[in-house]
Parts: sequence; structure tokens; C-alpha cells
Amino acid sequence: MTTIDATPATNKSDSPTNPRRRVYLPNAKYIPILATLALLVIMYCIGVSNYRNFDQPSVVVNLFRDNAVLLVVAVGMTFVIMTGGIDLSVGAVISLTTTLTATLLQGGWPPLVVLPLVLLLGALLGAGMGAVIHFFKVEPFIATLAGLFLARGLALFINQNSIPIRDDLWKTLSEYRIPLADRVTTTIPAIVALVAVLIAAVVLAWTRFGRNVYAIGGNADSALLMGLPVGRTRIAVYALSGFCAALGGVLFSINSTSGWALQGTGLELDAIAAVVIGGVLLTGGSGYVFGSLLGVLVYGMIQTIIRFQGDLNAAWTRIVVGVLLFGFIVLQRLVTRKAR
Amino acid sequence: MTIVKNRLFWPSVILVALLAVNIFTSNQFITVRDGHLFGTLIDILRGSAPLVLVALGMTLVIATGGIDLSVGSVMAISGAVACLLISDLDDQNNVGSVLLIIAAAIAVSLVLGLWNGALVAAVGIQPIIATLILMVAGRGVAQLITDGQIINVQSGPYAAISTGFFFALPVAFLIAAAAVALTVVLTRRTALGLLLESVGGSPVASRLAGIRSRRITVMVYVVAGGFAGLAGLLYSANIKSADSISAGNLIELDAILAVVIGGTALIGGRFSIAGSVIGAVLIQTLSVTVVAVGVPSKATLLFKAVVVVALCLSQSRTFRAKVFGRIKSRPVVRAEVPA
Repeated sequence: MTTIDATPATNKSDSPTNPRRRVYLPNAKYIPILATLALLVIMYCIGVSNYRNFDQPSVVVNLFRDNAVLLVVAVGMTFVIMTGGIDLSVGAVISLTTTLTATLLQGGWPPLVVLPLVLLLGALLGAGMGAVIHFFKVEPFIATLAGLFLARGLALFINQNSIPIRDDLWKTLSEYRIPLADRVTTTIPAIVALVAVLIAAVVLAWTRFGRNVYAIGGNADSALLMGLPVGRTRIAVYALSGFCAALGGVLFSINSTSGWALQGTGLELDAIAAVVIGGVLLTGGSGYVFGSLLGVLVYGMIQTIIRFQGDLNAAWTRIVVGVLLFGFIVLQRLVTRKAR
Repeated sequence: MTIVKNRLFWPSVILVALLAVNIFTSNQFITVRDGHLFGTLIDILRGSAPLVLVALGMTLVIATGGIDLSVGSVMAISGAVACLLISDLDDQNNVGSVLLIIAAAIAVSLVLGLWNGALVAAVGIQPIIATLILMVAGRGVAQLITDGQIINVQSGPYAAISTGFFFALPVAFLIAAAAVALTVVLTRRTALGLLLESVGGSPVASRLAGIRSRRITVMVYVVAGGFAGLAGLLYSANIKSADSISAGNLIELDAILAVVIGGTALIGGRFSIAGSVIGAVLIQTLSVTVVAVGVPSKATLLFKAVVVVALCLSQSRTFRAKVFGRIKSRPVVRAEVPA
């Protein structure tokens, strides 16, 4: 397919208004991401104009602090969805990680042993699910649903109650604040999450592994015929998602200095929603890590607006989240549809 | 050999095995008492009715390549609407008004299904996100309807749709069976099933072939909403109250699990109603069995996980070929593992 790119590359904003400009393909792949970004900015501006103190830099900085866990999980989920799969086990892996971390630390294990151990466990669990999906051709939805039951079952088996963490390292990490500017500080989990996003973006865009992920998502059979290591990549993707979920669990345990087997219930759906809002197709093969970042920020922005509104009860909070999500998705859909 | 190769063979084997466990653990598996059937088997059939209904709607949605995450919230809303209206009645035992209220609650669920269908078919949002909106907001709506309380009702006719008996069989089971029979007739004795599978295979190709694929898509979400609403009524009638928090909580995952156990592919284009029913009954039997054999409460989920793992491995042809390699014919094995 040859495309004559006759349009100047500058008029990103007015090309959507002209339906005849169908030759303008090169930027089409960025349109979902740009639309999400624009809507996010509009949402922020609405927040600034409606609520006092919304324009403070801490509002934006705290978005990362409050959504660090979701961000890390969404990064792993991006890779999985990019290959056309799905990982429902992430919320349960978080609960298993926090429970195990808290139990081991309570049992007097050194924290520097516990940390790599739980991360390795998450990766192994993910790799196991990936192996089942690849070798036994089980649907990803079902294999990871079984993983969800298994991980949460293990967590409940270890301890059904909330376990406090009294370890010094965890307390230090939890209380440490990194000053960014005057009266603006952030936490270590937020930085870890941002670093995870950057690494993942680089890996997906510029490494052989990343290109394999796109190829498998586009068409696994073609990828196989091209000689790409489909099996290895697929297992690695689930291992990565398991690792990210375990890392999310560690961040969770740092944030709350406790472990609880019911933590992270339903987080898998939040992560999937964030990834899809960020423009990743559930059928695989298309999307960016930064899109998922934007998706998480949209989620966080909705929460922030609700917190600034302040006078909503539980029922109205759910409804407003739904309405905002609806408005956002419909707008995003309209923008991207016009552009195509 | 052909029986063993059937997709439903292994789920059925596990279902029968679980039922066999129940025969030994329960002192009354099936007996006649007060003129109707009674026992563990009947409890399982009655208890699985809501999940069967939800799985039925989910099967149709998945057949068209979609997914419906909002079923749990629709259950909560329909139960809340019904209980709120019944609690306002002067005479809660008036059969006519209770039936009217049930119809109203189902109408509300159909409208909610229409909303999902419109988002998917007309606006063109990915189904998982489109239904996620109602999943999040719907439970809030249910909480608003019940005002955050648990509404108790003392209505005989309403409770009867779950706990009553008709011709010695539980009414809930009969409702589910009627819904299954109706769906089977409509999809397998008319062209509707073919149209569903064609839309699931490729909406664009179906439209070009002259099928109104949008209308079919909207229809399956409406039907799924209606079945979920009915399931919500059965659930709330069983506990004689509307609980907007726990009604249908996480049922979407169980329903999807039931559908996939039954051999319906999540990518759409193929569905098995009998399979989904077996899957739903299997999941309910599993929860009953866990309690019956005395698994400690902290290990119930682990037990469920083990069975689900065994189940999904047993369904994998490749796994069976590797484990029972001698029994299978060689070409199948080669075709499945090209690497």
C-alpha cells in the first residue's frame, strides 16, 4: 500500500475536520493517544476552573503518588493486551504479594531477601500462566482467571486478616518524601512507577522483544512463520505482567505498611480499562505504553475531581465515575472516528 | 472415541464426579418430602438458576464477539427496583401486583441492556469498556434506589419465584429451564443462531451479506440484560431482600468462566448453550461441594482454583495429547504444535 503524503505535517488539528483527507495516514496511529491527551488536559482545565486549589502543582504530582500501583500494573497489562491476551490475575497477585511480604517480614526475614523473593514469585506465577496458555492452548481469559483464584486462594490460605508491617526498611520507604519544589513532594512508589513506565516504553519501542510483541499481537501465525520466537515472547509477556503485579503489590505494601488478602480486588478491571482508554486495542498489535499512562491519569483525574467535589456519598461516587468515564470514552470515540 | 473428543465430555465428567462426591457426603441427595423433591441435588439446581440465566445471556453476547461485564450491576438494580416497589405495596401478597412489579423490574433490565447495546453497536465502543461503565455506575444506581439500606420484603408470591415448588420441582429451576429451552429453540431452530455466529465471525462481512449486524448486536445485549434482571429477581427473592452491594458481585467472572468451560470461544463466532448450562451448574456444584466435604473456609478458594485448573487443562486438546499421547492420533498432535 503506497500512501502519498502530500499534506504538510503541521496541520494535525485541522485535518480531522476534512473528511476527504484520507491520505493523511502517518499520524493516524497517534490520534487515539493525542485525543486522550487533549481530553485529559480539558478535564484538568475544567477542574481548575471549578475548584479552588486545583491548579496547585501538587494535584498533578499526587496523581502519580495515588495511582502508582495501578500504573505499574497497567504497564504489565499493556504488554499482555498488546499480544492479544489478557491478564485477570494481577489484582490477586497484588494481594498474594502484600500478604506474603507482611507474613515473611513478621516472621523476621531480612527485607532484602523478601523483596526479590516476592518479585520472583510474581514473575514465576505469570510465566506459569503464560506456559499454560502457550503450550496447552488454554484461552488467556480462563488461564489467568484460574491464576486469580489460585493467587487469592493462596493469599487467603496464608492469612485472612490484615497484617501490619513493622519492618524498618518498609517504614522508611513509606515515610520518605522526595522534594520536587517548594512544598511539593512525592513518594518513592511514584518514582518507581514512573521509572517502570519509561523502561517499558523503551523496551516496547526499541528492542527486539518489543517488536516481537507487536508482531504477535498483529498475527501470531504470521509471526511464527516469520521465525519469531512466539512461545518465548508470549511466556515472557505474562511473566512481565506477573512481575509488574508483584511490584505493584510491593508498592501497595509500602504505601499501606500492611498486607491483606483482599487487597486489590477488582484492580484487574481498572487496569484493563486504563489500558484500553489509552488507545490499546484488546485484539492486540496496536498501542503504546504512554497511552496506558494517559489512561491511568484519566482514572486518577476522575478520582481527584470527585475528591475535590467532596460531598458525594458512595453511591453518587460510583455514578459520577461511570458518567465521567462515559463522557470521556464517547468524546474520545467521536474524535478518533472523525479523524479516520 | 467420538464421545471423548466432544468438548463437553470433560466438563460433564467433572460435574458427574462432583455430584458423586455429594451423594456420599450429604445424607439426603434426593428424596421426596411434602410432595416435592428435596435434597442436595435439588438445592444445586435451584441455586444454580441465577448463574445459568446470566451465563445464557453471556453466551449470546460472547457469540457475537462481545462481553458483558455489567450483569452483576443489572442484577442488583432489578432486585432493588422489585423490592422497593413491593415494600411500598399495601398488600405484599397480592399476586397481580407482584407480577406487575416483576415485569417492571425486567423492563428496567431490558432498558439497561439496550443502553449497553447502543454503546457497543451505535457508538462503537469496545464492549468490555462499554459495559464496564454500567458495571461501575449501575451498582451506584442500585445503592441509590435502596438508599444504601437492605430492603426486606415479606411477600409470599415474590419469595415463591425462588423458593417455591411447582410440579414437585423448584420454580427457580423451572424458570431457568424455560429460558434455556426458549433460547435453544430460537437459536437452533431458526436462523437466529447462524446470524449470531456470523456477526461474531465478522460484523462487516455479515453486514455486506445483508445481515443487520447492528440490530443483532443490540438485541443480544438487551437479551443479556433481561436474563441478568431475571437472575437478580431470583437472587433477591431467595434472600427476601435487596442487597445492592453483594447481589451479583463478581458474577460476571463466574458467568464468563461457565461460558468458556462450555466451549464457547471468547473471540465469538461459535457458541454452545448446553455447554454454558453445564458450566454454570458445574460452578454451583463446586461451591456446594466445597462446603459439603468440609474444606476449611480459608482454603475454599484454593480448592476452587485447583478444580478450575484441572478443568481448563482437561479441555486443552494439546494437554490431553501430551498426557495420553498414545491414545491420540499423531496428526492431531503435529497440527497443534507446529513449533
